[in-house]
Order: sequence, then structure tokens, then C-alpha cells
Amino acid sequence: MSHPTPATATPTPDVPTALGAVRVCALDDLLPERGAGAIVGEQRVALFRLATDEVLAVQQRDPYSGANVLSRGLVGDRAGEPTVTSPMYKQVWDLRTGACLDPVGKDPVDLRVHAVAVVDGQVLLVP
Amino acid sequence: MRNDVVHGPGRVVVVGAGMVAHRFAEQLCARDGDWTLTVVGDEPHRPYDRVHLSDVFTGRTAEDLVLAPEVWDDPRVTLVTGDRAVRLDRSAQTVTTASGRVLAYDHLVLATGSWAWVPRAEGTDLPGVLRYRTLEDVEALRAWVTERARTLGRPLRGTVVGGGVLGLEAAAALSTLGVAPTVVEFADRLMAVQLDAGGGEALRVLVTGLGVDVRTSTAATRVVGAADGAVGALELSDGEVLDTDVVVYSTGVRPRDRLARESGLPVAERGGVVVGPTCRTADPAVWAIGEVASHDGECVGLVAPGNAMADVVVNRLFGGCRLYERSPDGTKLKGVGVDAAAFGDVLGLTPGALEVTFADPVARTYRKLVVSDDARVLLGGVLVGDIELYAQLRPLLGRPLGADPSAYLAPTGGAGPVRSDLPDDVVLCSCANVSVGAVRAAVTEHGCRSVGDVKASTRAGTVCGSCVPLLTTVVNSTLETSGFTVSTAMCEHFATSRAELYALVRAEGLRTFTEVVARHGRGRGCAVCRPVVASILSSLGIGHVLQPDQASLQDTNDHLLANLQKDGTYSVVPRMPGGEVTPEKLLVLAQVAQEFGLFTRVTGAQRIGMFGARQDQLPAIWRRLVDAGFESGQAYGKSLRAVKTCVGQAWCRFGVQDSSSMAVRLELRYRGLRAPHKFKVGVSGCARECAEARGKDVGVIATEKGWNVYVGGNGGFTPRHAELLAEDLDDDRLVQVVDRFLALYIRSADRLQRTAPWVAAFPGGVAELRRVVVEDSRGLGAELDAEVERHVAGYVDEWRATLEDPGKLRAFIPYVNAPDRSDPDLSYVPERGQARPARPGERGHPDLLSARAAGATTLQEDAP
Repeated sequence: MSHPTPATATPTPDVPTALGAVRVCALDDLLPERGAGAIVGEQRVALFRLATDEVLAVQQRDPYSGANVLSRGLVGDRAGEPTVTSPMYKQVWDLRTGACLDPVGKDPVDLRVHAVAVVDGQVLLVP
Repeated sequence: MRNDVVHGPGRVVVVGAGMVAHRFAEQLCARDGDWTLTVVGDEPHRPYDRVHLSDVFTGRTAEDLVLAPEVWDDPRVTLVTGDRAVRLDRSAQTVTTASGRVLAYDHLVLATGSWAWVPRAEGTDLPGVLRYRTLEDVEALRAWVTERARTLGRPLRGTVVGGGVLGLEAAAALSTLGVAPTVVEFADRLMAVQLDAGGGEALRVLVTGLGVDVRTSTAATRVVGAADGAVGALELSDGEVLDTDVVVYSTGVRPRDRLARESGLPVAERGGVVVGPTCRTADPAVWAIGEVASHDGECVGLVAPGNAMADVVVNRLFGGCRLYERSPDGTKLKGVGVDAAAFGDVLGLTPGALEVTFADPVARTYRKLVVSDDARVLLGGVLVGDIELYAQLRPLLGRPLGADPSAYLAPTGGAGPVRSDLPDDVVLCSCANVSVGAVRAAVTEHGCRSVGDVKASTRAGTVCGSCVPLLTTVVNSTLETSGFTVSTAMCEHFATSRAELYALVRAEGLRTFTEVVARHGRGRGCAVCRPVVASILSSLGIGHVLQPDQASLQDTNDHLLANLQKDGTYSVVPRMPGGEVTPEKLLVLAQVAQEFGLFTRVTGAQRIGMFGARQDQLPAIWRRLVDAGFESGQAYGKSLRAVKTCVGQAWCRFGVQDSSSMAVRLELRYRGLRAPHKFKVGVSGCARECAEARGKDVGVIATEKGWNVYVGGNGGFTPRHAELLAEDLDDDRLVQVVDRFLALYIRSADRLQRTAPWVAAFPGGVAELRRVVVEDSRGLGAELDAEVERHVAGYVDEWRATLEDPGKLRAFIPYVNAPDRSDPDLSYVPERGQARPARPGERGHPDLLSARAAGATTLQEDAP
């Protein structure tokens, strides 16, 4: 999975459309450093707007509890890389790669990540 | 395994199952060869840590004290508990027990220890005369005090006879149990065996300050019965009569040498089985170790020499030639709210010895070092009040100090140079016999990266714990010199503890996470530090939890102002002060629960909880509740939960105060007050304690004259009774004391530290906490009062404020691009007329209402 395109004022429509990206919401619909749930097709995803206005997305389903709650986890960083912590049992994942960084004593389970771009204040996501 | 056949000692029997027997078993298990081991002891427990007996009063259980039990899993080892060895037949080489077991041995090791000696005096057989030596003694003390306080219906007074280390620990235990203690000591000072006159006097001042009455140079001559035949008073040799409800004798120990004596083995004049430096008795097949062994005419009542003896015997059983050598003693007083330690030549009896003394009456410390005539070699020391130097200096006994003695004793103290210069061969942990070199090797060669790793690997610091400060220093300095970073940080973003961060945020007036992290941290935080900063800002009264710069710090419970359940829905628990609810408001709860299908039950905190509310339903539910006059119950917060109460004087025939009104007053005062962890309060209207207030963080119990307040109670994983903080307070004074207690807790506790461990770890114990909170000894009172007043004045209902602000309501939108859709994976099944989440494999209904409807249909069909 390549890194999502960082937020920028310059439109770069080629990249997302080439990947089949769809518009999800406006950047302003998202609260900084907080997650939000979204439905793309039949997939539920968790979007996270970082302090830099970069937006990242992972699956909404928490693999440890089976509940659709990851957008309600706390955003943070580990060694500068953005993370989310499950609100249920506190596992931690790298938001860019989906890698499970702290399985809290269980077997690590990674998350599916989605490529996201912010173009003209609109959040585009590759399902 | 070695190739040649290793002959072992054959059948080994150890009589006595104390700490030294445990050590012996551990050492033996490390050996191959031909042997079996049977350990037989009369206590019902597996060998436990007698050194930390007092910890039972501060939350540790008997099970916690059990020494590394893995050794008893070794197939070669048999442990027999609760059975006493009653006869030793040396010609047949057998030991017979009370239950009739006959144990044949090739080698017998006597490790029976000692018993607590009580001088012969009238009345020592009365109920309420106790000892302080075993877990049973400790349980008996607790049971007696509880029962007696109930019978007499008033706070108890207690007396400890004997002012040694154990006597002072017993006095501290009495304090913890809410009994006002007096210590009676025959000698002219406390800890007379270990301390010099100056140290003894300093200790008396400190102990008296903790609320312990001290009488020295007097003896207990007679215990006088009360009217009901239990202990009532203690008569002293100077004619004084002390009223007392419990007497604990701690007047020394005597070796339990009867088995040896009756079998004809030589016994020393002052008791104890005579052994030489090999620890062998006059019978070559019989050995004696620990307190029952008399070496050079002396029985030593300490663990370390006993362990050394165990090591010698194991070594000898396998043909070794190790000899027991008496090493200089060191003693440390622990867990009584006052620190004292002494080691080596305390009285300066070595020819030419010099004494360097520093006494600071203001800081209440006394330090003395005894050094050789050239002031270079350390011969002994006494430390009272502040014993930080003990761990550093004790290992240097008999070695060059490396610095001027006065440099160690000056008020700033803690001279650094010894730390890194400790030679490798110095014994760091005398209990487990681990050298400084072995600790360093654990880091440099065996991959240990923390004190915990080193403890597990070397067992250093795992017995009496007194070397842990030095162990920490050595481990950390070794880690540093090996290029590893040593961290005491809260997380990777903050190098400070919660209490330090609280002080910094408060002092510097910081108001946002960005400011806090810019000044004192790095990065953008994590699930550990963000909620801590959020809690600190909230405790300091800075804004609403969902204001824009704080919303991203809140854990989901605080973010959605509700409690997350296993399926991703939330519970709704409105405040119900005093557990009271009008029928009109109850009806609103019923209607809301019915309309949304919420699973409804009464919570453990005397409220009504409604479960299964979806994120998107929360504002609609709360709109109804707020309109009906309900407010957030903060059942989701690390904050006041509820004030549990009984109905009290208003209705109850037995109530002596209006507990319900007081509970409502306290709940409304502390509602929404965020703290390092959740806290609960209880108010009982009489001593029957129907509100179970002593299981709460703050427990208030009515008396004829007012209120008693207890603190630090806890249910949960480690239940603990709250301890008495103040008595017979009027309403306003009660509120002031609780205010100050909570404000101090909020200031200084660690992250997620509840009041029980905080109180237990408070420097100086509950007695010091009482001085600070009740007597305002540090002059903090007005400041603490003001902090709570600010909270009370600034309180707004979080839910009302949220509903009034569209910005805050954004948190409740489940899908940013489909606000009307809800979670399709939710699934419910009917249960007892309501609905609960479906379990894996159960076919459920998509929401609570349809599950309930399905349940109702089933019920109708089942009806006759």
C-alpha cells in the first residue's frame, strides 16, 4: 500500500480518479485528531483527520471485539507515525500501514487501510 | 548433567516450613543427584514472607506473601503443611508428626525457627492478649479488633508491649485498624537492640508524631480484665494503668528447639540447637539452620543469616566445604510511617572508632556514621527519619567510604560517588546473595533491560525488598553505560508522571494539549497521555470536555458522555443523588427506555442504567432526560461516580444522622469532578453501615455526635476497607475534610491510581494524611478548599451544555457521509422481557425494539 497523497491546495485529480476514488465528505466535516465513521459502497471505514489536515482511513471493524468502533478510538503517534487505539480493548495500530503495534497480549491482527487524498477540501477515498 | 554418577544426600527431611526452609528447598532443587525432600511445617500455609507480614494490613493478601511456590511442584519435593513434628528418633532416623506420619531420613534439617515469647504475668491469658509473628496472629488481631469495636461501639485503644522493630510494626498495624496505640518498652529507647541513644530519641519523636504513644523504661506487670472478662487495662511497673482493649506482646522470640532437646541433642544455654560453622549438630545426620540454630551461642532472628545457613547445608550435603560466617547485621524498620535503619558497629565499640553525627531537628532526621580511626573505613551507621543512604552505605560496611563521612550526612546528603564505584564483589542483595557484579552481568550479558527483568533473572530484591533502591540505581547506571535509555516516563510523549504534569500545568496556567505537549512533551500524544491531560484540564476547571481543543483528548466514554458496551453501543445513567427519584421522573425514565427499547436495570450504585443506546441515539435520549430535569451521572468518567447512602434518620428507626441529605449534598458538590481515577463515596446513617461506606474511596458514617470519615476504601480486584481519617465532625467540617482529601488526591496521585493504593503509599501513612488534611499541618488547607470551591462554582451539566451546542453534537454522527444510517452489524435477542446483544452464533434481530417485540410474541405463545 502506497502512502496516501498528502493534503494540498493544488488539485491532483489524476491520482485518485485513476485509482477509482470516491468522494466521502468535506475535510471540514472531520474534527482534527478525531475519527469519523463512513460508509463507502458496503464497506464501513474509519477516517482520521490528523493535526496536519492529512486524512487516513482504516477499516471500522475492531478485529478483537468485532464491534464497528475504530473511528471512536484515540488518535496519537508512535515515534512520529500516526496511530489509533481501539476504544474497546486498547490495541494500537499504525494508521498508515494498518500494522498492529500493540496487540495487548493477543496475537497481532493488522487492519485494512484505504488510500485517501484531500483535493480542493474534499476527502477522496479508494474503496 | 555430569557424566559420572552423582551421589546425593538421599532422603532429606526439613522440619519447619518458614522462609529458611523455602530457601533450602530452592537451593536443593538446583542440584542433580540422588535425593528426595520432605518439608513439614505446622502452619497451614505454604512458606510465606514473614518479613512483610504487616503488608497484610495495607492490601496484600496471604496468598501474595507466599514465597515462589514453583519449588513445591518439583516431583522430588513433598511439602506437608498443617502438621507438626512431635518426635525425633535419632537412632531410627525418623521424625513422627502429630497426625502420625513417620518420615525416615538420611539427613534431617531442623528449621523450626522461633516462637513469640510472652513474659509470665497475670492476665496474659485473657481474650484480647495477642502476639505478632505469624499470619494467624495477624488474622487474630484483625478479627479481635473488628469484633471488639463492634461490641464496644467506640474506637479502640491498644497497647504493644515491646518497642522493637516488630513491636513498632504491630503498633502501625493497630493504627491501620483504627486503634490508637501505645508502645511500652522496658529499655530506655525504642529499637534498643539496633539503635544508639540519639537514634532512639529521634525515632521516639517521629513515632509520637504519628499518633503512637510511647512509654520507655517501664514494664508491663499485669493485664487487667474488663467487666466482660476481656482485656480492659494494662498495669505498668511505674504504677500507671493504661486503659486498653487489646494488648499485643512483641517481647522477643525464643528458638523452637524442643524437638532437638527431647531427642538429646545439645542445646545452648540461651536456647537453640548448637551448631558449628558447618551448621551440623552433634549428630552428623542432623543439621540446624535459621533461628533455631545457635551458632557461637547466638540465635539470629533475621532472614539473611538463615538463608546463608541453608546455602551452607546444601553445599555440604553434596560434599562441599562451605562454612557459615556471621556477617554484620543490618536492620531496617518498614511500613510504619517512619523509617529507621542501622547496621554494623552502631555503638562505636571498635577500638579507635570515630562517630560522625548529624541531627536535624527541623527535618526530624538523625544520621550517624561510625568510621575507623582514620575516618576512611565504614564500620556502622544509624539512620532515622531518612534512610535513603542505607541502601548505599550498607554494602560498603568494612570498606573505604571513598569520601569524607560528613559529606554523606550533610542536609543535602546522598553523595553520589559511591553509586557507580561499588565494586563487583559487594553483596547487593543479602537475602538472595546477589552481588553487584551479578546485577551488572544480568544487564550486560543476559539481556535484562529493566529492574523487573533483573529481579526475575537474579532474584535480587525479591525477598525483603530493602535493596531495591540500590538495585534500581545499579541497573539504571549499567543500562546507561551500556547505551540503553532508562525511562520513568508516563509514555513516549511525556517524561513526567501524572502528578508532576498536573503541577506544571497548574503552575504555568496551560490550557490546551498543544501548549502542554509543546512545553513538556513531544509528538501528538497517545491513548495514555491524552486522557491524562484531558483529566488534568478538567480537574483544573478549564472548559467543557467537548470543547474543540479538548474533544480529541477524550476516550470514547468522555467523548460521547456515555459508557461503551461490548457491541459498540452505550449505557445511559442519569444522576440520581441519594438514590432518590420522584415517581414523575421515574416515569420519564420508563418512557425513554420503552421508546428506545433500552435494557433497563438498577446499577450497583443505586441508579437506573439503560443499555443499548446507539451513538446517534444518545442526543435524542438525553434531550428527553434533560428536559425532565435529569443531568449526566458521569457514570462514564474518571470522576465522582455516585454517593451511595441509606435512608437515614428521615425514615429509619436506627438512624442517628440524616445520611440521605448529606449524601445528596456531597454528590451535588463533587458531581463532574474529574480525578486520576473514578471515585465513589458512601454515607451511612448509623454504625450498622447499610451504605457499605467503608468500601468506598470516601466513607462517611454517622455517630451520635456527627460524622466519622474514612478514606481509601475499595471494592474491585483488591478489596480494602477505608481507614479512619477524622471523627465526630459537624456537617460543614465534614465537607471541608472531604474537599481537602479529594483535592490532595487529585493533585498528587498517579495516572489511574485509585485512592486505596494512593492512601496506602502516602508518605507517613494515614497519620500523616490526617495531619495534612484534618490538622492542616502544611498550610495547604485554604488552597485545597479553593480548588474545590472553584469546581463547585464552575459546574455545568455536561449533557445540557452539549445539547445546546451544535458543534459538540457532531461527535454523535455515526457515518459522516450517511448520517441516517446506523450500524448494520448490531444484533439482539430477547431475554427476560428485554433484549441483550446476540452472542456469536445466535440469530438476532437488528435492533432492541424488534428483539423485544419478538420476545413478547414468544411469551404470549407460551402463555397457557
